[in-house]
Amino acid sequence: MPPTALILSQVFHGLVLGGMLALVGSGLTIILGTLGLVNFAHGALFTFAAYAGWIVYEQTGSYLVALVIGALLTCALGLAIERTLISRFYQRPHEDQILLTFGLGIVITEALRWQFGGVGKTMPVPELLSGALRVGPIIYPEYRLAVFGIAALALLGCYLLLYHSRLGLIVRAAIEDTVMVRMLGLRASRIRSMVFGLGVLAVGVAGVALGPIVSIYPDVGARFMVHSFVVVVIGGLGSFPGAILGGFVAGQIQTLTSIFDPAYSDLMLFLVMVIILAVRPRGLLGVEGRQ
Amino acid sequence: MNDSVNAAAASPMSRWPAWARLPETWIVLALAAMPFALLQAGGSVDTAIRILIWGLFGLGFDILFGYAGLLSFGQAAFFGAGGFVAAYLLISGAVSSVLLATLIGIAVAMALSVLVGWVSLRRVGIYFSMITFAIGELAHFMQNSVLSRWTGGDNGLPGVPFPRLKFGERMVEIAPGWGMYVMLAVIFVATFWFARRLVQSPFGHVLNAMRINPDRTLAVGHHLQRYKMAALVVSAAYSGLAGAMLGVFQSYIGPDAVSLETSSQVVMQTVIGGVRTLVGPLVGAAIWIFLRDVLQQIPGIGGAWKLILGALFVLAVTVMRRGIVGEIRHWHRQRTARAIAGAAVAAAAPPRDLAPAIDTVQPIRASTAATRVAPGAGAPVAIEARDIRMQFGGLVALEQVNLAVRTGEIMGLIGPNGAGKSTLFKIMTGELRPTAGDVVFGERTITGIGVREACRIGVSKSYQIVQVYPELTARENLYVPILARQRGAFRFDVLRTLRGNRAMEEEVERALRVMELHERCDVTVSEMAYGEKRRLEIAIALATEPQVLLLDEPLAGLSPAERVQVVQVIRHAAVGRTVLIVEHDMDAVFELADRITMLHMGRNLVTGTPAEIRDNAAVHTAYLGARDERPAA
Repeated sequence: MPPTALILSQVFHGLVLGGMLALVGSGLTIILGTLGLVNFAHGALFTFAAYAGWIVYEQTGSYLVALVIGALLTCALGLAIERTLISRFYQRPHEDQILLTFGLGIVITEALRWQFGGVGKTMPVPELLSGALRVGPIIYPEYRLAVFGIAALALLGCYLLLYHSRLGLIVRAAIEDTVMVRMLGLRASRIRSMVFGLGVLAVGVAGVALGPIVSIYPDVGARFMVHSFVVVVIGGLGSFPGAILGGFVAGQIQTLTSIFDPAYSDLMLFLVMVIILAVRPRGLLGVEGRQ
Repeated sequence: MNDSVNAAAASPMSRWPAWARLPETWIVLALAAMPFALLQAGGSVDTAIRILIWGLFGLGFDILFGYAGLLSFGQAAFFGAGGFVAAYLLISGAVSSVLLATLIGIAVAMALSVLVGWVSLRRVGIYFSMITFAIGELAHFMQNSVLSRWTGGDNGLPGVPFPRLKFGERMVEIAPGWGMYVMLAVIFVATFWFARRLVQSPFGHVLNAMRINPDRTLAVGHHLQRYKMAALVVSAAYSGLAGAMLGVFQSYIGPDAVSLETSSQVVMQTVIGGVRTLVGPLVGAAIWIFLRDVLQQIPGIGGAWKLILGALFVLAVTVMRRGIVGEIRHWHRQRTARAIAGAAVAAAAPPRDLAPAIDTVQPIRASTAATRVAPGAGAPVAIEARDIRMQFGGLVALEQVNLAVRTGEIMGLIGPNGAGKSTLFKIMTGELRPTAGDVVFGERTITGIGVREACRIGVSKSYQIVQVYPELTARENLYVPILARQRGAFRFDVLRTLRGNRAMEEEVERALRVMELHERCDVTVSEMAYGEKRRLEIAIALATEPQVLLLDEPLAGLSPAERVQVVQVIRHAAVGRTVLIVEHDMDAVFELADRITMLHMGRNLVTGTPAEIRDNAAVHTAYLGARDERPAA
């Protein structure tokens, strides 16, 4: 049995990772649930956010500015591709949408690679949060706790927006019945853009916040996207609470498996997904009948 | 589908000898010319070998995505499985024959695909793409961690031997360069031939139908899961073969073989070259690999080669949707279509050897319509719904509904909108399981058995919203239900040809003649008028040869002339068959039905002969509202 301190520290790691996966997965699932579109450019947008945050930080030296501007820049990029290209594909088959967003993801990733090279960049941990905090028997880096806080705040923001605002009401109505929402005279195209923007904003926040923890390189987003796919499948396609639950479950599975052997962490996550698909095909909190 | 076949039959090429019309002839010529063209353009024979390997890989992907409609982002898992297994066996000395090692590699890739399919095919398309994407990444991760003892991890496996061929006493080693190019070209042509036969076989036709309209394909009796799995396993075999060949060619297999890069390259090259063309992946591979090599040598933009190819891919997805080969073929076909437009009727004639048999098929409608006799009250019940209750959440859609249709009878089911007619239909075809109650067909309880099983035992439905295959011709539409009946729920008959099946052609001709569509049999359905599609819709349901036919609003949206035609068609269809019809066109129902039952607010209101229903006060009240209703105070 591994020592308690190690387990505890891995549980903390799992919470931080889980929070981030929940955020990335939420962005994916909000878009999926409302627009019926799997955004295969999600990982590339994550990478873009990490680079954007890093550049703004280098320029201004302020972490907070980097977080806000980096996420907003990512959101702007997301809106730009939604308005120009993706919006033309809402009536097309899922496969076409996937091919388009996948292609856009490649273009974004490769543009970053061309501009910044393949070597990883490091975003320094902000001065103020560079210390460590004593939590019970373990000492834990402050910045990681802050990342958890950011994830929690961003998820809370999403929750308030989705469940306690006019937009959220419309979005949830649109998930239930898109045609009806359009017939009620609501501007479907604007709602779609807003939803897409919100989903990308979530991944943007995650991308910047994780910058100081992960090395920033062009393919960093791809791994996060794969994991967020698993998160969304576990939680239930299109379910916002499902993505949060799925994110934290996935975070814990990964970090706890790593105590024994990191090589098996992905495999274990995957096995859990397979088991859930077998026992409960719609995912933990998925709605019956939604495809 | 069978585009090449159709194009060939319709174009001036039909005057050419048979061997010249075979796509394989053209492939051989193109493959003979390719290395020389590449050498001229500054490439090498090795570039040509790579193109062949990727073309091979793409053949399987095109069958999977182009025909079966399954967009996989994890093909590298199979590619890598074939590559690593073959390489490991050869290097470790466990197997000395390259051929045997390759075959084992292919077998492992196929076995892996069964596992992948078991996980990823449980749900609809979106899941498949997401899960295969994740599986691809998992395979990549495992190659470098859990499996690194066998795969060499980051270093990969160097030292794969070249294949040897024995010519009498001499052993000839096939090294990269011309020798290996010829070997791979032979393999490519052979596997291309197999792929082409597959997509033109009955199996391939069902794959295509499944992609275009999965629900209908299931409803006429095909086992979709098995078809999907079979397509995935075939694609894995191609991937495994290509992966093994890569190892043999490079004398090395590395981690990049299982990477996301590899999975995405096969997707992108296929889309750029042209999905559903089989040649497209090869063309795409040539463009991809050649451009990559050229671009990488240009200073300044060399690092952006993948950005440029990615942009080309986005262009293919947005603007040039058919891909290069697809666009060329489309342009060619439109040109020949214009050229032969005048001879359309002649082109619609069946293959010559079948013609005499079909000429003997009489338009039977007029003669048999009169022979139908309404069954008496003593006739046995064909299908029965007993005490059906259906609840959706808090809404009770059906309550205590009973419906018994006698064998040979035409029964009308009427009721205002929201009465529960369509729900009852779905329950009676086994599509929906009621909250309570049973559906009995003959002796058998068929409650909730599913549309496919219901179709198999003889209960079929024609849909309210036309469910046909718009991209196929009327003839090809009718092949789908007939194939299910002839071949059963699943059969892997990839080397049979779809055309020249005499029994099927006769049946199609007969069915189309009954529907008065025989002059339109080779028209693509998307170009048909609504009334024609409606008749085809009924023809598809009829072609499953059901004992019980359920018609859901067959007259909706028809013009008066079309309506008369379809009413006649239904009357003909009812000969020797039990028919239950939902329709809002009361005149038609009263004209057609032997008995009518009325549902109102989810309950049985009344059942009787048309005359009884016409005079029933409750029916009038339900449709028009109560007479004694007082204005609200």
